Amino acid sequence: MKHFISMRDIGKQEILELLALAEKIETGKIKPDLSPYLGALLFFEPSTRTHFSFDTAIKKLNGKSFSISGTGSTSVKKGETLADTLKTISQYADYIVMRHSIEGAARFASEILEIPVINAGDGTNQHPTQAMLDLYSIRKTQGTLENLHIALIGDLRLGRTVHSLVQALHEFNPTFYFAAPRHLKMPAYIIDELKEKNIPFYEVEDIKEILPKLDILYVTRIQKERFAVLEDYEKVKDAYIITAGLLENVKPNFKVLHPLPRVNEITTDVDKTPYAYYFQQAKNGVPVRQAIITKLLQLA
Amino acid sequence: MKKQLIVDPIKNGTVIDHIAAGKSFAVAEILNLKNLDNLLLIGMNLSSKKIGKKDIIKIENKILTEDEVNSIALISPDATLVVIENYEVIKKYKIKIPPKVHKHIVCPNSHCITNIEEVETEFDVMKKKKVEVRCKYCEKKYGIEQVKFKF
Repeated sequence: MKHFISMRDIGKQEILELLALAEKIETGKIKPDLSPYLGALLFFEPSTRTHFSFDTAIKKLNGKSFSISGTGSTSVKKGETLADTLKTISQYADYIVMRHSIEGAARFASEILEIPVINAGDGTNQHPTQAMLDLYSIRKTQGTLENLHIALIGDLRLGRTVHSLVQALHEFNPTFYFAAPRHLKMPAYIIDELKEKNIPFYEVEDIKEILPKLDILYVTRIQKERFAVLEDYEKVKDAYIITAGLLENVKPNFKVLHPLPRVNEITTDVDKTPYAYYFQQAKNGVPVRQAIITKLLQLA
Repeated sequence: MKKQLIVDPIKNGTVIDHIAAGKSFAVAEILNLKNLDNLLLIGMNLSSKKIGKKDIIKIENKILTEDEVNSIALISPDATLVVIENYEVIKKYKIKIPPKVHKHIVCPNSHCITNIEEVETEFDVMKKKKVEVRCKYCEKKYGIEQVKFKF
């Protein structure tokens, strides 16, 4: 593995190896030394939590990094091509973590640069390190990734997180449940892939009925700004709000995940239940990102 | 009754036969034939024992490249290619859908890096009921009728 660009590039075995490496790092069984390495955190599209998570991951292993956030501080603003910007920065850094609003930007970077590239999100396409930390969180809470019943709710059309996660789970014999407003449903190409692989999935209107069957409920934010007509938003917004009261009949191993930030789709009373796992999920991003960097630098 | 050729023979060049009926204009578009000075004959809705109705294109003094042939396969997978020299058939073969198409498909996604930086496109080809292609970069999938070709 030279770069980390898309969940499409990574098979079941590699996923399991990376998760095992993340676990070893988190439990202190190994502590890779990143001190000789300088990482470039290129967030051409600004981000706070993914940016901080990578920065934390690097610094906790004694690594060094430099960052950009937005294009304001780069020569892209002066009309330089992305290729030239990347080639120049790659002369200073040992690896690049990159977020860009242009889809395929990270794959392009990996083809023109000699140093490892990690995709930290490319437009609406992929966010593979988020998918990996989601898998890590699922495995940590369930003890396995196999044969799980997983519901994804909210904005399933535009959220790259849910697309990457569904693809990442393909080989683990999952059963999926999707609940989304009419025009924010899971895209056809994701559905087609599930059909091709005979993976069972159900598109549901009411999540109450399916809650007792679930191991994982993955919630995403319904973005008000995606609705052309405010009335349409008002009609659906409450159907996808998770409250503590809704969770009375869930299984003991049940957990609620969310890529964050949340607005009101999970009420704060859920935070006090044993089912809330979204803040630990964010924390899991650190060992997972450490494992990915460690792997690409061939330190384990 | 004397059998008569509906479309005249050519002396040297390429015949694309058994094009799915109605697809010859799309083939001509892909190959950018409107900008050729060569003699060009297009026959549409001819009867065919093999496929019922077919289209046919004859291009004088042009041998198609492998990339051009592959692109035809994407929109008319049953087409046959015939190379003519001095009115004789010297080569005849059924074209095959390629697993990948390099640089000749333009990604319809305006947010794809291939439409922003200087980078050659690459598409994986998937054939189910219809031919679909997926961009290696933005990973979006399109029906073959949704994409444009360039040579």
